[in-house]
Amino acid sequence: MKPIASLLGASLLAATASVALAQDDTPDNIAVAYEEDGRYFTEDDVPTYNVAEDGTIDWPSYSGFRRYHSECHVCHGPEGEGSTYAPALKVSAIDMDYYDFYDVVVNGRQKIDASHQSVMPAFGDNPNVMCYLNDIYVYLKARGTDAIPRGRPGKKEKKSDVIREDENACLG
Amino acid sequence: MKKLLALTSTIALCAASWSSANEALMGEISNPDQWAIQTGDYKNQRFSQLEQINKDNVGDLQVAWTFSTGVLRGHEGSPLVIGDTMYLHTPFPNIVYALDLANDGKIKWKYEPKQDPDVIPVMCCDTVNRGVAYADGKIFLHQADTTVVALNADTGAVEWSVVNGDPSKGETNTATVLPVNDKVIVGISGGEFGVRGSVTAYNMADGSLAWRAYSMGPDSDILVDPETTTHLGKPVGADSGTNTWEGDQWMIGGGTTWGWYSYDAEENLVYYGTGNPSTWNPAQRPGDNRWSMTIMARDADTGMAKWFYQMTPHDEWDYDGINEMILTEQEIDGEMRKLLTHFDRNGLGYTMDRVTGELLVAEPFDPVVNWTTGVDMDPESETYGRPAVVAQYSTEQNGEDVNSTGICPAALGSKDQQPAAYSPETQLFYVPTNHVCMDYEPFRVSYTAGQPYVGATLSMYPAPDSHGGMGNFIAWDNIAGEIKWSLPEQFSVWSGALATAGDIVFYGTLEGYLKAVNAETGEELYKFKTPSGIIGNVMTYSHGGKQYVGILSGVGGWAGIGLAAGLTNPNDGLGAVGGYAALSDYTALGGQLTVFALPN
Repeated sequence: MKPIASLLGASLLAATASVALAQDDTPDNIAVAYEEDGRYFTEDDVPTYNVAEDGTIDWPSYSGFRRYHSECHVCHGPEGEGSTYAPALKVSAIDMDYYDFYDVVVNGRQKIDASHQSVMPAFGDNPNVMCYLNDIYVYLKARGTDAIPRGRPGKKEKKSDVIREDENACLG
Repeated sequence: MKKLLALTSTIALCAASWSSANEALMGEISNPDQWAIQTGDYKNQRFSQLEQINKDNVGDLQVAWTFSTGVLRGHEGSPLVIGDTMYLHTPFPNIVYALDLANDGKIKWKYEPKQDPDVIPVMCCDTVNRGVAYADGKIFLHQADTTVVALNADTGAVEWSVVNGDPSKGETNTATVLPVNDKVIVGISGGEFGVRGSVTAYNMADGSLAWRAYSMGPDSDILVDPETTTHLGKPVGADSGTNTWEGDQWMIGGGTTWGWYSYDAEENLVYYGTGNPSTWNPAQRPGDNRWSMTIMARDADTGMAKWFYQMTPHDEWDYDGINEMILTEQEIDGEMRKLLTHFDRNGLGYTMDRVTGELLVAEPFDPVVNWTTGVDMDPESETYGRPAVVAQYSTEQNGEDVNSTGICPAALGSKDQQPAAYSPETQLFYVPTNHVCMDYEPFRVSYTAGQPYVGATLSMYPAPDSHGGMGNFIAWDNIAGEIKWSLPEQFSVWSGALATAGDIVFYGTLEGYLKAVNAETGEELYKFKTPSGIIGNVMTYSHGGKQYVGILSGVGGWAGIGLAAGLTNPNDGLGAVGGYAALSDYTALGGQLTVFALPN
């Protein structure tokens, strides 16, 4: 939220433009550096989301919306908002480094003490998660910056042939 | 008791030992000063004869004492009271406390099992537990990791334990157990992990296995007689648990059994419902998927099925059929009938003859139910007993990767496991309900043992064009199939109700209120806000001549996950997103028992 909010305050730009500007100006984990076969990346080659000026979102973010609500939602609540049971992943996706985030999903982690009984399971051998982990990650980043609002995303890019081929290969 | 007489003539010793357990337990249950079983009685009526607290004085109710459980998770179920002792359980790690009511609630003993924390994340939707059971001087706890343990009720010492399932395959437990005759009957959770559901009876004396009945599979697994087990009056025939599945899908077919169990001692039948078929993507499992989504009547001693009724063939919405079966004796057309009433997740309230399995009534208990136009009630019809599915809301007919919108109820059902109560005095059922609709998009998933096996994404929102809240507390006439009155609630009502001879009905709310209402009119007579949201069940007991009402607070469960952040309605446009109440604005995690009484 910070980069967008400060830009808004300074320039009072329209919301769609501010998203684009934030992506242009902030050397962070969000800004799109390049696109490849319908997937978007930062300059550090970390997957990220893309929202076009007319609100159309990239296919992976849309796919992430679907897969999040199949695999993650029953513990982490709707739209990455968190629950009484598990933390808000829209925050984790922003706060955590991509590789740390990936590691927790693959290997799981436990926080067990007097006041916590949090256990993230290891999803490393679950194709329904692993084949879509980057999708889920970019969706949650988009939720964390509010680039994609709560609820079902509206317009989306078409699924690219490469994404379709990769998906079929991954699911086996 | 016919069986008992026959047995005593041949194997007298054996028969005497199990009859005493059963008779003794029925005596404990029928004593209104106690709360000897989670469901109030074997019939699951959740009705108490106590009337010291009644509609004229319930407004004066006060907190008598409280107890912190030391666990911050969803607290379902309720304590038991047997004699001078209260037995109180917690969510994972499933601590059991025995509290001495004759000594200001002093802790007589505490039992805390050691369980592998890896079981936590395979429990879909929080680490809840619906409480312990009592019989034959033992307290029975069915732990999250599926260990069933019998504790000495006086000392807490472990008398035996047995492992019912394998958490590494997603098999877990949230339910209580049903002590019947010389057995304890237990279920299993894990429908979202591709578990094949089963019900298992263990011998009360030593924990040895007596029988196990799967929800689907070969006849020898599901304990049916193809000729004498019936579905709506007709024999189920051979291979009924496999011939409505494609290939081996039944082996990961779901139909788990995590709800409540009731028992008719005269018929010696146990009643329960089975859950959703796996996966949530109906295209991956063509056929009726028998016997998921089914009301089952089984012999308590052998497990053999007497009758089935599949409410939602080929589920397309996750409408688990596990909610409680409430047994009553009521007059229909001048004739006393033994009835079974069930409020299903699918939004229909069913009334059946519990001896024969005949379907008598099937009507929506929430007016917004729209996925079906109703159940075919014509016994001559080919589709007798089947719900007519509305094409617009059929996630099967709309297909994979298509988002079906505006389906009511949502996957959490018009009612989930939170049990209803029945008052024989008003002949009304008091039902905690959800008033939530959904969009549902199924897609292809692959199965990995011990991993979630869901295959659909869904978004939920308060029922459109209604009062804006997500719940109602209703009074239901099971003969007419009609709502008598309905109290709108801001959140789903996720607490089990209690009806009493004092002409009042109690229930809890997700904000944390304990409420008492007039059993005839629904008029609110009392409310008190407890420290955390209520998903537990209200119970009552009497000690030292004084009536008490107890409730567990501790928000969580599916309600805490689905509603903590509030719901959004995509159909309302962006401006309204987040405009609905977020549970997290009203309550936070907790774990406390609050006990109420009238002033001295």
